[in-house]
Amino acid sequence: MQDAIALRDLVVDRGGRRVLSGINATVPCGTVTGLLGPSGSGKTTLLRALVGVQVVTAGTVTVLGHPAGAPQLRRRVGYLTQAPSVYADLTVRENARYFAALQGRGSAQADQAVTDVGLRAAAGQLVATLSGGQRSRASLACALVGDPELLVLDEPTVGQDPVLRAELWARFHAMAAAGTTLLISSHVMDEAARCDRLLLIREGRLIANDTPAAVRAATGVDDLEEAFLRMIQATEAGTAGQEAS
Amino acid sequence: MNPRILAATTGRILRQLRHDRRTVALLVVVPAALLTVVYYMYADQPTPPGQPAQFDRIALVLLGFFPFIIMFLVTSIAMLRERTSGTLERLLTTPLGKLDLLFGYGIAFGLAAVVQAAIAAAVAYWLFDLDTAGSSGLVILIAAVNAVLAVALGLFCSAFARTEFQAVQFMPVVVAPQLLLCGLFVPRNEMAGWLQTVSDVLPLSYSVEALQEVGSSAEPTATMWRDLAIVGGATVLALVLAAATLRRRSG
Repeated sequence: MQDAIALRDLVVDRGGRRVLSGINATVPCGTVTGLLGPSGSGKTTLLRALVGVQVVTAGTVTVLGHPAGAPQLRRRVGYLTQAPSVYADLTVRENARYFAALQGRGSAQADQAVTDVGLRAAAGQLVATLSGGQRSRASLACALVGDPELLVLDEPTVGQDPVLRAELWARFHAMAAAGTTLLISSHVMDEAARCDRLLLIREGRLIANDTPAAVRAATGVDDLEEAFLRMIQATEAGTAGQEAS
Repeated sequence: MNPRILAATTGRILRQLRHDRRTVALLVVVPAALLTVVYYMYADQPTPPGQPAQFDRIALVLLGFFPFIIMFLVTSIAMLRERTSGTLERLLTTPLGKLDLLFGYGIAFGLAAVVQAAIAAAVAYWLFDLDTAGSSGLVILIAAVNAVLAVALGLFCSAFARTEFQAVQFMPVVVAPQLLLCGLFVPRNEMAGWLQTVSDVLPLSYSVEALQEVGSSAEPTATMWRDLAIVGGATVLALVLAAATLRRRSG
């Protein structure tokens, strides 16, 4: 299977602090990959590097065969920022239609994206009048609307009720089955089980890159949260051992 | 630049404006209300012999100034919102070009300024008998060019503000010197030499001169077209500087 994303020795410094220190990873096409880690671990910085808006200190980021941020990728990659980035003084429909127009899509596709995120009834409402969860779904609709080959989603399910969360994950898997690659960040470990593959980062380092089943097998526990805790402890013990010797 | 994306962006900005009815009302009403104040301020003032009436002289310059001040403020805040809300970051990951965004703002707010200037001019000409030798259409044209200059300066200045508090502080910095030195209060050739030099590099000095040409000549003069070209050139320069502040990648 071809890789949608390839990171090689990715280093990013922000504000004089090392946020990502040498990440090596690949993400295969047509999968739902979860990017997990505690807040402040560098998830958003990694996603920003993938969509080409982050200044990279060292290393390479290759997306769909091109350097991240290359002009030909702008039609092929959809990006959802962590804070909803939609126009509060436009309606949901107007937002979706604008972002659709930027991608060369028509209003029918925009309206479909609004329906897909469960906002059809609120389509004519100003974004400013929506609840937090609705607002982030409006933002999601604007990322889906171009029908991109790679979707980079920064915490898309925060603030959604369990039913909607399940619906959104079902949609993500349907899209992956149709060939779309999705990279989804979350700090909620119970979402890890819904992913095909997992990237776990902590303090700017990649500590796991595998399927949920392999992570469970390697640590000998069923609960992914517990599995991650063990991996973190193992990594820290390893580092401490190196420092002692 | 892509015509389809430019049109979508211009339409989006106008739609945002349309949803904000209070702003639209202020845009339309405030210049007319201020012109009314100016009219009654000067109603009993004697006209100096051989000169235009005081109201005519001042109202003509104000018709060019209102769109400048207001569009500068509106644009600075609108662009700052794009930067702080994350929409700018998202836009820059799409096929939208920097010039699509900058020209979108220029066209959208330029159109809004034409409507504003036309209403203010209608009030000045019909209600208060503003008298200019040249055509009112030229006054509106100059007001519109001023507004587009203000949009360009607003787009540029918004890069230096982190918050809306800071953004509004750029209004006195950019507008006040141009208002003081444009020749409305003291004729430019009667100012101290160094002030004249400063006045010479401020674009609004030229748009005020262009308006005064319309006031005194029945036909558009060569000076008026030259002045308009200088204001247009300053607008292009400000847009280039604004484009330079839009970085796809940040730290």
